Amino acid sequence: MIARVLVFALCLLTTAAHASPANEAALAADPVAEKRLQALSKELRCLVCQNETIADSNADLAADLRREIRGMIHDGKTDAEIVDFMVARYGDFVLYRPPVKGITLLLWGGPAALLLLGLIALFAYLRRRAGRVGDVERPLSTEEAGRLEALLKETDSK
Amino acid sequence: MNRYTWILGAFAALVVLLAVGLSRDPRDIPSPLVGKPAPAFRLMQLAEPDKTFGPEDLRGQPWLLNVWSTWCVSCRYEHPVLVEFAKKAPVPLIGLNYKELRGDGEVDMSKIAADQEQQLALQRAGDWLRAHGNPYRLTVMDIDGRVGIDYGVYGVPETYVIDKDGIIRMKHTGPITPEVLSQKILPLLAELSR
Repeated sequence: MIARVLVFALCLLTTAAHASPANEAALAADPVAEKRLQALSKELRCLVCQNETIADSNADLAADLRREIRGMIHDGKTDAEIVDFMVARYGDFVLYRPPVKGITLLLWGGPAALLLLGLIALFAYLRRRAGRVGDVERPLSTEEAGRLEALLKETDSK
Repeated sequence: MNRYTWILGAFAALVVLLAVGLSRDPRDIPSPLVGKPAPAFRLMQLAEPDKTFGPEDLRGQPWLLNVWSTWCVSCRYEHPVLVEFAKKAPVPLIGLNYKELRGDGEVDMSKIAADQEQQLALQRAGDWLRAHGNPYRLTVMDIDGRVGIDYGVYGVPETYVIDKDGIIRMKHTGPITPEVLSQKILPLLAELSR
């Protein structure tokens, strides 16, 4: 029985080792490094299929870049250094959260600015409307009161 | 009336914004490398594999670096334009063969021994240039695509214009059409050669 379990476990081990190339397996054995790779590649955009992260993409380039990131983690590079490496080659576009600077101001500030504009327009409209409603509620002038009297008399006499 | 013109104006502005946004090519990502020195490399030459080439070999003159591969369909479309360009050849055109075997989805890399890859890549790239014409002064082999990463290559073909000081002055992603050549690349080269 024990021998059978051992054989089964051995089979599992060998398939696991075959599943990934040698260098991937070596780093995968280090869970901390693998976690960093996962976290980093979720922040980075794959340039081939632009709406996928490097973590999700099956594109060839994404696999190459994961390999590069693994290598850099192995070399003891910090996360900031790895991100700089990517930005130096592919630009801010590679970041899913681009930095706030002159050229990305509209991107970051745009929605808030639009919301503000909408709120201003809404308040201006409500104010104007309130003003018009107020107009209706002002007391009648003597001339209008006279006309009202006359009209009421006319209907009463019928 | 006044209110409707205001709404119509806002709508027209939105249409213009979307039209501009949609007519831009989302694959054309500005390269941060423009204005920076061309990343250094030393790679094996296709025609003479015992020799290498690096960007510093062409210091002092402007040149073009064209990233290509035999599996890249757009490269076939671009190739006649390059062959035509090379006939006049105002500047050297260097080919960078990008992941000749690894980049080809049709090739099962697990069936190719590591020591075979280089030989097969040289064979394939060489055969292709013999069949279609060779516009390149020389081609270097980026077998594993590492130099491609340094140049921010994400879709072959890509072309870099490098000036005499080794600075990248322009990057074109996608095939070079006669229009791109005559309207963008040749005027820039004329300016750089001055």
